[in-house]
Amino acid sequence: MDRSLGLCSGLTEGCRGDGGLLLDKDGYRFMPDYEPDKKELASRDVVSRRMTEHIRKGKGVKSRYGDHLWLDITILGREHIEKNLREVKEICENFLGIDPAEEWIPVRPTQHYSMGGIRTKYTGESQTLKGLYSCGEASCWDLHGFNRLGGNSVSETVVAGMLVAEHISDFLESAASQLTIHTGNVEKFVQIEKDKIDALLSREEGEDAYILRRRMEAIMMDDVGIFRNGDDLQKAVDELKELHQRAKNISVFRSKSPAANPALVNAYRTQKMIKIALTVALGALLRTESRGAHSREDYPERDDANWLKRSITTWVREDDEMPTMSYEEIPIGEMEMPPGFRGYGKDLTLHNEQTPIRQSAVDAIKKELESQGKDRFEIQNAMMPFRDKLPKKYQGINERLGENV
Amino acid sequence: MSQEEKAPRILKISILRFDPHDPEDFPHMETFEVEEAIGMTLFVALNEIREHHDNSLKFDFVCRAGICGSCSMLVNGKPTLACRTLTKKLDVNITLAPLPLFELIGDLSIYTGKWMRGLNERLETWIHDKSNELQVDRLEERMEPALADEIYELDRCVECGCCVAGCGTIQMRENFVGAVGLNKVARYHLDPRDKRTNDDYYEMIGNEDGVFGCMTLLGCEDVCPKDLPLQSKIAYLRRMMLKNAL
Repeated sequence: MDRSLGLCSGLTEGCRGDGGLLLDKDGYRFMPDYEPDKKELASRDVVSRRMTEHIRKGKGVKSRYGDHLWLDITILGREHIEKNLREVKEICENFLGIDPAEEWIPVRPTQHYSMGGIRTKYTGESQTLKGLYSCGEASCWDLHGFNRLGGNSVSETVVAGMLVAEHISDFLESAASQLTIHTGNVEKFVQIEKDKIDALLSREEGEDAYILRRRMEAIMMDDVGIFRNGDDLQKAVDELKELHQRAKNISVFRSKSPAANPALVNAYRTQKMIKIALTVALGALLRTESRGAHSREDYPERDDANWLKRSITTWVREDDEMPTMSYEEIPIGEMEMPPGFRGYGKDLTLHNEQTPIRQSAVDAIKKELESQGKDRFEIQNAMMPFRDKLPKKYQGINERLGENV
Repeated sequence: MSQEEKAPRILKISILRFDPHDPEDFPHMETFEVEEAIGMTLFVALNEIREHHDNSLKFDFVCRAGICGSCSMLVNGKPTLACRTLTKKLDVNITLAPLPLFELIGDLSIYTGKWMRGLNERLETWIHDKSNELQVDRLEERMEPALADEIYELDRCVECGCCVAGCGTIQMRENFVGAVGLNKVARYHLDPRDKRTNDDYYEMIGNEDGVFGCMTLLGCEDVCPKDLPLQSKIAYLRRMMLKNAL
């Protein structure tokens, strides 16, 4: 994989925010042509797609790691780079051997984060397994939706860290946490996992986890990438399904230690990674629209009429060949901000018939309460109440300069 | 890129190997040959070895960007982060060994986390303020940006353990807090939100396992991959402690 260039695209978020420019092989600043208003400051997924489009037009710089573009932060000046973008500078120096105050940085879009995770309630507790809490990248907690924007991970760390941690400690102090589990059941499940590990270690002739993993990586990069289409996604699903079967026959070669054993870790994790890859590919294949980071060339519209819903994936039985998909409706009638045009390119949205109804309802509530002189907390509460969902100690109203201080 | 036209070098990477969980095993050197690639770091080279030569090779990496601090090891005898070490800056013969002083998990993998957790609990590296219960809906106390920058500078420590491995004092005093510990104390001492007094700090590090144990060899400063100002912070703490004692 293109590690060094990939890394650099991890750089761009802060660099773009600070005023870095994206340039093509001719040193031409191309983003204003695609996004005249937001230019380099367009959202992460939009910039990734524009970069890919521009590379496809033959405007990328050829390298042995594939085509790339340039990020120019020299215009920010050495002082700014060395103080505010110090980590960026260190990465450029240590991995690319370049000085970003003098030279352009090679960049191209890459997978950086996965959206989706364990479906949780607002408390962070799983909707299906009592007492299992998750937050951050592991969870589907609805802080971010079909897209992920710069700074989301900070919000998740800070907000989920505060709220979910508090919900967990409340749960532990409540009677609900007094789970009674038969030790026989615990033993049964430990044994199942132990048998899996033993099988990986004792199998003599089997698949090499590294080969399966590299194949999975290539499929995901080529066929489930920044731009997607039905044919490629179908191909990806078919091949991942086959890899999933082959992964059941992985054998750990040479290193048979059950203690700290990287070969065993790789084997154990590769099986699970392939399941997740298959889940992502199947969800993308079935979702015949474009939304957020999911961009279908054969379905460029965002289809709120049919697809304003979460994809829920489950593996019902241990030996299932494919995951089971279901969908969870996202009720527009409860929204404070009904889904509108996102503001990039042409508006291709197929709107849901509920959207204008809810929009006028929200507008009416707002107008009515404002005329009664209600404050923003009361208006918020009328449109979408949330305060009772917070842990007790966070239910107070924040002090804000110029408002209540 | 003229490097591209030349035939790539064949690196000979010798690794000190030992699995403490295997009663049959004993520490020994093993050499692997790896074809160098452009932009190759030791992270890439070690993964090549694991994937193509020996999948049992133990080493730690998480972020591969010099931020998580888990890939510290001895590279040709010097503690550093493997992910930030470009092979082109090294000779073809490279020797790797685990950092000394930390618990060995196996081969190049060491348990720095356990040691660092002990250190953080001992130095109580969090804000102490008994008089004010934290109230999240209140506005935070304001801080001068220059001071925030100064604190951030010290907060950049990634707890990789290189300074501990490069420390002469800790070889003789196993309870020495090391530069990583002193840097943390300096960080909280700077922070106006931490209400610990100079006496409190003196109680904690005003002894030979603390700031007075340092022999000023400054191996820590030489090897710190984040270029933290360890030398000046140790000197600062020492002056502060002396002043407090007088």
